[in-house]
Amino acid sequence: MKRNPILRIVAKFLIPLIILFALYVQFHGDFGPGGGFQAGVIFSAALILYALVFGLDAAEKIIPPHILRILASAGVVLYASVGVVSLFLGANYLDYSVLGSTQIKGQHLGILLVELGVGMTVTAVMLIIFFAFAGRGRP
Amino acid sequence: MGNHISLLLVVIPLIAAPIVAVLPRGRLPWLATLIITFICAVLASSQLWMVLNDGVISYELGGWAPPWGIEYRIDAVNALVALIVAAIAAITLPYALLSAEKEIPQQQIPLFYSAFLLCLTGLLGITQTGDLFNVFVFLEISSLSSYALISLGRNRQALTSAYQYLIMGTIGATFFLIGVGLIYSQTGTLNMQDLAKLLPELAHLKTVHTGFAFIMIGIALKLAMYPLHLWLPNAYTYAPSVVTVFLAATATKVAIYIMLRVLFTIFPNDFLLATPTYDIFILSGMAAIIIASIYAIYQSNIKKLLAYSSVAQIGYIALGIGFASSKGITAALVHLFNHALMKAALFMAVGAIIYRIGSCNMKNINGLGKQMPWTFGAIVIAGLSLIGIPGTAGFISKWYLVTAALEQQAWISVAVILFGSLLAVIYIGKLIEALYFKPVTDSNQSVQEAPLLLLVPLWVLVCANIYFGLDTSLTVGVAEKAADVLGVINTSSISGVMNK
Amino acid sequence: MDFFISHYNYWIVIFLMMVGLYTVINRGNLIKKIIGLNIFQVSVFFLYISIGTVKEGAAPIITEGVKLYSNPLPHVLILTAIVVGVATTALGLALVVRIKESYGTIEEDEIHEMDHSL
Repeated sequence: MKRNPILRIVAKFLIPLIILFALYVQFHGDFGPGGGFQAGVIFSAALILYALVFGLDAAEKIIPPHILRILASAGVVLYASVGVVSLFLGANYLDYSVLGSTQIKGQHLGILLVELGVGMTVTAVMLIIFFAFAGRGRP
Repeated sequence: MGNHISLLLVVIPLIAAPIVAVLPRGRLPWLATLIITFICAVLASSQLWMVLNDGVISYELGGWAPPWGIEYRIDAVNALVALIVAAIAAITLPYALLSAEKEIPQQQIPLFYSAFLLCLTGLLGITQTGDLFNVFVFLEISSLSSYALISLGRNRQALTSAYQYLIMGTIGATFFLIGVGLIYSQTGTLNMQDLAKLLPELAHLKTVHTGFAFIMIGIALKLAMYPLHLWLPNAYTYAPSVVTVFLAATATKVAIYIMLRVLFTIFPNDFLLATPTYDIFILSGMAAIIIASIYAIYQSNIKKLLAYSSVAQIGYIALGIGFASSKGITAALVHLFNHALMKAALFMAVGAIIYRIGSCNMKNINGLGKQMPWTFGAIVIAGLSLIGIPGTAGFISKWYLVTAALEQQAWISVAVILFGSLLAVIYIGKLIEALYFKPVTDSNQSVQEAPLLLLVPLWVLVCANIYFGLDTSLTVGVAEKAADVLGVINTSSISGVMNK
Repeated sequence: MDFFISHYNYWIVIFLMMVGLYTVINRGNLIKKIIGLNIFQVSVFFLYISIGTVKEGAAPIITEGVKLYSNPLPHVLILTAIVVGVATTALGLALVVRIKESYGTIEEDEIHEMDHSL
């Protein structure tokens, strides 16, 4: 890849922007279009671009596969446990209203945490899928 | 806490699945899964108890009132099916330890249990939810994890059969999705109770008819209703034994449950009578019983033999649905329960044989009955139950099915049911002959009885087969109640061809 | 003719649906089958989205001065269905990779032949 300076420089320039955009989509999801699914895919797209340009080994140094596996699991657990917390607070499963001091604050916090869980899992799973396919032929 | 049971039944395995996936190798993932499945079984039985005593449970997810939010709605029908799923999972798990260690690569064991839990989540979710789209989501959770589970089989055919199942299953699920979309476009709701209220007025619309057809085909693909069963024999044959036990006993049963829900809860009866639905069920059921049984006779792989027999048994259930009387539905539900018991027992016994000799081909099992008396005994009893000998669970379901047929004077159906039993005698007889009456081959001289950890769950199921053949208060009692819930009217007025 | 033009979204859906299903059934190549499956699923996404449209309704984002919104529920449903579709595709492709590794081919008839010549 050393012979493709344009690719490398453009990628280095774009990747932070893509990540920034992913974060925007993630956290702006309760006001406009967006949310964990979309943000997760955009975020993983940034890392996949990195892997395509700089190679699989370099990408795996940034996020090792075993951490991805934990991240994917943690996202689902975060999602599900937000629901369990509202169970313990005496409401129905995934009823966010009881999470904050007022109903609106509770709903905000709830959806934010849930979408964070979704974003984590989607990012991790997309990368796991990519690494699994891309790394298949390697010795 | 009481009213949260219906929810916990889905959430507990869901939370457990990702945790199990990251546990270290060894026996810890198995232990965690074992505990979870037992908790689920206890929850499912208390749920059934609650439903029988206090009536319908309704749970609003996220505190959003139905029909806007997702509602979990449990009556006698779902409670029974959920209990079947959870109980079979709990019985399969002790069996899974050794069988999975033998048949699945070591490094994939945690992921195997994780997928198993996801499959359980999906199946239990289908039984709990009262929202049609939610059914699709859970259906896909259970299907995707079962494709992965099947592909873990040792043989490379496991891969192709998992692929085939994936294609067929996805087409089925997408058909279901199209149907739900078309119905949603006319009613604007996805809640089953709400749909039941709105549909009678809209039943004349072509879109509703089309949606109904799509939903039916979609579910029929998932439940392997003849002639949409092509994925089933290979998938069951090449999957690891544990997976076959679990899927054979639960996956198709849950699909049958959705079928019952869609037919009897959601769509109005006049609508169904105006379509040839019931006749199709009866025709498909009869074809399944005869053709799949004949196929079963000619199989040389025991697992494939039993898989074809499963297709035939689904035919009996379809026949029960097709009678569309409360007796017919009772028979279908009783058979759903009993078939889960006997097929799980038979596949477990075959799994025990595979554990010892590593093969399940007819020609390799000669004389094993003497070497493995307990496994052989289990095959005999479960086989008799499959045939429908009095004193076993199978007899009860056949009995109810025949009475349901006689009630409508459907003589052809009665003849087919009896003929199907005769065919079952042949294929079970073939199995027993090879196991017991053929001389022991040299390579099998040193084979020993299967380990206790495999035999105990097997015999629990075998004893259940006998118990539910003698005491029918649980199965038939609950099934009759469930048939009442589904509100089947006695349709002696059906103008079907087959019922005359 | 007006009927055809005013329902053009459904014609697109039906066309894609048929193309997808035909590809799944007709093609022997396992990858092409999955592509067909994807087209088939995408047609259903279109179906849902066009069901959710309200005539002259704005995108369902709360904005001042807008009274009529499209129905957002089908969008949410389809978001879920898309995720299911991604998972199915990934699993299907993973199976194809494994099939290629153990059979050396991804043509259905060749695989069939190899299984039955054993």
